[in-house]
Amino acid sequence: MFEATQAAFARALLDPRAALPDGVTTARGAGDPARFAVYRNNVFVSLTGGLAKRFPIVRRLVDEEFFAGMARVYAGLNKPSSPLMFRYGDGFADFIAGFGPADGLPYLADVARIEAAWTVAYHASDDSPLGIDELAALAPELLSDAKLAIHPAATIIRSRFPAGSIWEAHQGNVVAPMRSTNAETVLVVRPRQEVCVRILPEHDATFAEALFSGETLGRAAGRAYQPDFDFGAALVGLVSLGAFAGIAQEEEAT
Amino acid sequence: MTPKMTSQTDRLPPRAGLGLKPEHYADILDSRPDVGFFEVHAENYMGDGGAPHRYLEAITERYPLSLHGVGLSIGAAGPLDKAHLARLKKLIERYRPHSFSEHLAWSTHDEGFLNDLLPLPYTDETLERVAAHVDEAQEVLGCRMLLENPSTYILFQESTIDEIDFLAAVATRTGCGLLLDVNNVMVSAVNHKLDPLAYIDRFPVDLVGEIHLGGYDETVDGVGDRLLIDAHGSAVKSDVFLLYEHTLSRSGPVATLVEWDNDVPDFANLFAEGQRVDAALTAETARRNLRHRAA
Repeated sequence: MFEATQAAFARALLDPRAALPDGVTTARGAGDPARFAVYRNNVFVSLTGGLAKRFPIVRRLVDEEFFAGMARVYAGLNKPSSPLMFRYGDGFADFIAGFGPADGLPYLADVARIEAAWTVAYHASDDSPLGIDELAALAPELLSDAKLAIHPAATIIRSRFPAGSIWEAHQGNVVAPMRSTNAETVLVVRPRQEVCVRILPEHDATFAEALFSGETLGRAAGRAYQPDFDFGAALVGLVSLGAFAGIAQEEEAT
Repeated sequence: MTPKMTSQTDRLPPRAGLGLKPEHYADILDSRPDVGFFEVHAENYMGDGGAPHRYLEAITERYPLSLHGVGLSIGAAGPLDKAHLARLKKLIERYRPHSFSEHLAWSTHDEGFLNDLLPLPYTDETLERVAAHVDEAQEVLGCRMLLENPSTYILFQESTIDEIDFLAAVATRTGCGLLLDVNNVMVSAVNHKLDPLAYIDRFPVDLVGEIHLGGYDETVDGVGDRLLIDAHGSAVKSDVFLLYEHTLSRSGPVATLVEWDNDVPDFANLFAEGQRVDAALTAETARRNLRHRAA
């Protein structure tokens, strides 16, 4: 009985066209869809509100009404998988990428990826990041075959658009001029305690992406190689941003 | 069943407490305001690390903590989420709160977490289930919990037990305490055409470990009757505050939280709301002392 009542309540809650569930009544002794609608509204307002809180720049890039509509469609399709609301919307960027009405803003999904990564970084474990000294202590002959473990706060986002510059330009109350209109690779990290969104220089970006995809330092440097690529500076830069958790030797290395 | 007390939680002080909001972390640590306790929603501190834990640690060094869950879904027909219970246990072990509380409501169903406190019918069957869930939670968490009276917008035809009797029965069976949300009392009383004073007068105040106050919104239902919404987005309304003072006259001074979760004001305004509550608590203490002296 209890299971059935609750299942019927949940079904009616999530389907705006559903009739009032049997047995739901008021003190006047008659069901009132307007009262049941308060629950329906609470569920969707709280879910879309959770997305608005996690994706404030996406919301600013479209207008409030468009965002509410888009978030409502997402919430209709995706309920939080746990009560940890700060994780709700992990799939929002992928959803935006496939959301027809947002086709005119092709960069929107990548801005959403930056915002999703920001929350991940904010709540990530406090594991101490790999320090420059640990890297310096590694025997030079081992350096090339070493792989670096990614810090749990770190996410890399490659965009075909200036997603980082767009994100950055919308941080203040007034939209700032964009510093670039090129494709950008963005690193979201949390060196010490502050979340940091960093647009990587192009050569460093290729290098960082290779490391994040699990390449050895040697192979990542090879991929990034260009006359003006500075391996040492790029590596020290990424390490000091707290991008890595530690060093892992490649096992099959001989 | 009485829970095993592996980590006895102390009572919260009979003072005004405030909901801890990230936008106030720095203000609180800078100015060290005189606040009786802070309360957090447990789920906001279930990340692995970062600023939330760093601030909560600093704040719990200086203030008593009330841990308030909004996601355990104690009123669910289905089983409790073991992973969520484990997360709660970890938080309780880490922060040793003075109180842990949850709601007589459900929020999780097959589709996932619905992020709202949904109502349940009060029957022998649901009483059985809720009591089993409270037993299980207290057993796993190793502490006594407080169960909060809900605010509701609808009733269930199948209900056969009065809400207060239901809460009291859960408390009797499980040894849990109760959290009395006076704003919820007003919201439900107006919505279901009951007398809020009569509700307070019947409530087993000796089981109350904490009181909640918050601001409601107001609208009308489908037939034009007044409908109050539990919104937590404004100051405590004057009728709720009067009902609170009446509650104190029965219960005596009890730790009282100001809940303000939406449109959060700056810290000074939230603190002022807390001072209004502290004044009521002080007045009740004084009234009792005078009566004691006169006796």
